[in-house]
Amino acid sequence: MAEEIKVDDTVDITDVVCPVTFVKAKVALEELEDGQVLSIRMNDGEPVQNVPRSIKDEGHQILKLLDNQDGTYNLIVRKAGEE
Amino acid sequence: MAFTNEQMERYSRHIILKEIGVKGQKKLLASKVLIIGAGGLGAPAALYLAAAGVGTIGIADADAVDLSNLQRQIIHSTADLGKPKVLSAQESMEAINPDVQVNTYQEFITSSNIMDLIRDYDFILDGTDNFPAKFLINDACVMAGKPFSHAGIIRFKGQLMTVIPGEGPCYRCVFKNPPPKDAVPTCRQAGVIGAMAGVIGCLQALEAIKYITGTGELLVGSLLTFDALTMEFHKIRLPKKDPDCAVCGEHPTITKLIDYEQAACDWKPGEKV
Ligand SMILES: [Zn+2]
Repeated sequence: MAEEIKVDDTVDITDVVCPVTFVKAKVALEELEDGQVLSIRMNDGEPVQNVPRSIKDEGHQILKLLDNQDGTYNLIVRKAGEE
Repeated sequence: MAFTNEQMERYSRHIILKEIGVKGQKKLLASKVLIIGAGGLGAPAALYLAAAGVGTIGIADADAVDLSNLQRQIIHSTADLGKPKVLSAQESMEAINPDVQVNTYQEFITSSNIMDLIRDYDFILDGTDNFPAKFLINDACVMAGKPFSHAGIIRFKGQLMTVIPGEGPCYRCVFKNPPPKDAVPTCRQAGVIGAMAGVIGCLQALEAIKYITGTGELLVGSLLTFDALTMEFHKIRLPKKDPDCAVCGEHPTITKLIDYEQAACDWKPGEKV
């Protein structure tokens, strides 16, 4: 078993399409304090290819990408402060 | 304030921008911009500010929509002929974005009403077409400490500058006084290209959005000119705030607002500006 990561909040972006996928994740991250952890549920395919990269570009830390084995993934992200 | 899924989609292209982001969009939704003049400059500016989600937009104009307006005042349509411009503008803005609260002021701005008009707004956009109004807006905004965008257009040329009282020169620091009233043609006499008015009005909207979101550099202390015939933009560095300026200087001589006389051919019965 991998080490346990405490998730502070979750957001589901499987109900929206690009570019709102990233926007919805960005809005959810905005609600958190620096250092808190967000779990983002997203669809396989385009979201899983682009959303993690966009979030990394914003300076946040990608902790994990979990395959839910149902066509969705959970991306675990630690929020970084503003530069 | 939390965004709805619909708002996230509507404003997605803003939110994705690092320089605007979630915070910037929230600032826009909480902001109040007053547009004076629903004409060639105010029309495109109002449409873009409404689309951008500026939460409260005031629009002041005493006129009704006239057939000769439609060549450039794209917020009004043929079906609006005869309708007060502020109502036509309000309908167009609300149709674009129901998030926007539109306040209408169907009146000419004068020394006696302008302070009340600008009081509740964060940023003012001068979309008027005459010097008396431009000097009145400048002086009122300087006295009230309100940032504003000045712009002027004629024929194929346009110019704009942004004034933040106390931070840079005001319009009067640069242009001193209105020219003699018979010395200047207005766009009514001289003509103007609609798309060129659109360029300048959109630049004013950009300045308002940048001011509200704190993004980039404003045209404070600079005058941007555009010549549509040669397709040349020039950014002219202006001298610093003039210590002898009659309104924003160290010993201002203008302490009361002035209603300058409008050029005769622009005079309309009942019009005070
Ligand atoms: Zn001045």
